Amino acid sequence: MNQTDTPRFNIHTGNELTWNVKPILHEIRHALFELLDSGNTSIIDLRSIPLAPGEEETIINALGQGEVHARLDALGRSDIVETMYSGVWLITHYNENEAVVSRFIEITELPAILKSQHEDMSKALKELTQELETQDT
Amino acid sequence: MKKDLSLNDGTPIEGTPEPGTLGETLRSQGVSRRSFMKFCATTASMMALPPSMIPMIAHALENARRPSVIWLSFQECTGCTESLTRAHSPTLESLIFESISLDYHHTLQAASGHAAEAAREAAMEENFGNYLLVVDGSIPLDNPGYSTIAGISNLDMLTESAKGAAAIIAVGTCATYGGIPHANPNPTGAVSVKDIIKDKPIINVPGCPPIPVVITGVLAHYLTFGAIPDLDHIGRPKVFYGQSIHDRCYRRPFYDKGQFAETFDDEGAKKGWCLYKLGCKGPTTYNACATTKWNNGTSFPIESGHPCIGCSEPDFWDGGGFYKALSMPTEDISKTAVYTVAGAAAAGAVIGALNRGKKNNSDKIHIKTTIDDLRK
Repeated sequence: MNQTDTPRFNIHTGNELTWNVKPILHEIRHALFELLDSGNTSIIDLRSIPLAPGEEETIINALGQGEVHARLDALGRSDIVETMYSGVWLITHYNENEAVVSRFIEITELPAILKSQHEDMSKALKELTQELETQDT
Repeated sequence: MKKDLSLNDGTPIEGTPEPGTLGETLRSQGVSRRSFMKFCATTASMMALPPSMIPMIAHALENARRPSVIWLSFQECTGCTESLTRAHSPTLESLIFESISLDYHHTLQAASGHAAEAAREAAMEENFGNYLLVVDGSIPLDNPGYSTIAGISNLDMLTESAKGAAAIIAVGTCATYGGIPHANPNPTGAVSVKDIIKDKPIINVPGCPPIPVVITGVLAHYLTFGAIPDLDHIGRPKVFYGQSIHDRCYRRPFYDKGQFAETFDDEGAKKGWCLYKLGCKGPTTYNACATTKWNNGTSFPIESGHPCIGCSEPDFWDGGGFYKALSMPTEDISKTAVYTVAGAAAAGAVIGALNRGKKNNSDKIHIKTTIDDLRK
């Protein structure tokens, strides 16, 4: 971004309580560089960091929303959102009461939980095979 | 299935997980791999483990065998069980419970009387040397009649049940350090599990009550690694109790800048400043409240505007008052004078000596009260 451009987000550091918002954004920037440079992926557990009320929302707002928003229905809802910074994903897991149980920022090309899982594909192959065999008989 | 499937290179398509494992239990309930990965991600977060360990946790948990668990409740208020069973989502954490075989629990089991005790004895015999023993509540050493179950004293039930246990998890401050029953004047002669059992690994999970996900996190750790977690000098898992509330508190910057609430309704309190002067025990209390939080991660006491009372520390009930700042002396002025006469050079040294003395000698001030004393 050009220095004279209007910033896409504006963190008022003077109003922050823990001063952890900007360091986390810097950590994300380092992780994104690492992903491009060496292909290494990173995960940040937002629930492991002391954040004052409202600061988690500040981080989420700063990252914004990009082109992909996937919803997973598995033991409650999960939202997998690519932020406006490509390669930076926000993953929020909810329980069946719609309460957030964990929240991660993944810096990766595609979060692993979105991919079809090997065990499920094995089960699917067996079920489809069995279904076809049943229909043949 | 009529026949086994395999890939072109002969590799068999993976079948169902090993019988008796958590993986098999989950698969039989229709839990998908994605759901399981979500569960493992949340488990890693609750165990304060780095997210990079999620695949390892998934592999270990999937192949974990269901351990038998015997849960004993002694001098307690049932708050620990309430914490665990009431404050949880019905699905994610219940997977942890489905991964254990809870063979005995006074509050939760349907059986009662002789049938209940028979279930405990059968579980102990079948799983001797391998079962987990969970204890909440303190044990009275004075008159055994203060607390009995099916006519068995708490002391006898604990020592008998501990013999075949692979490990013991003491849940709550009563089981870990004596808790409120142990508070001065300790009328029942209450002691902790560790005061009685000396030959078994004991994991202390203090708190009044402990954070529910910390309890399940310890169980998950045992299932994942097959061993007890690293413990601190008073037996607490370091992953949950390794840092003080103060160090992880979002109000810490106000402490560093000297900005304190002086009363519960002054400007400092309204601005969310540090509660140290209102008696916050965060600097001397080690627990996960500041990051794990309560009520599905909603908040924790300091976030609600109340000082930490230090409930996961030994003798927190006798710490000199919940609303007394840690820097204030915890003994009366006459004892302070004795310290001064004894040659302490500065007021700070006097206060420090008193506070250290209070902590180090806390056991000594618990004078046991007899029935005769109570009648006076």
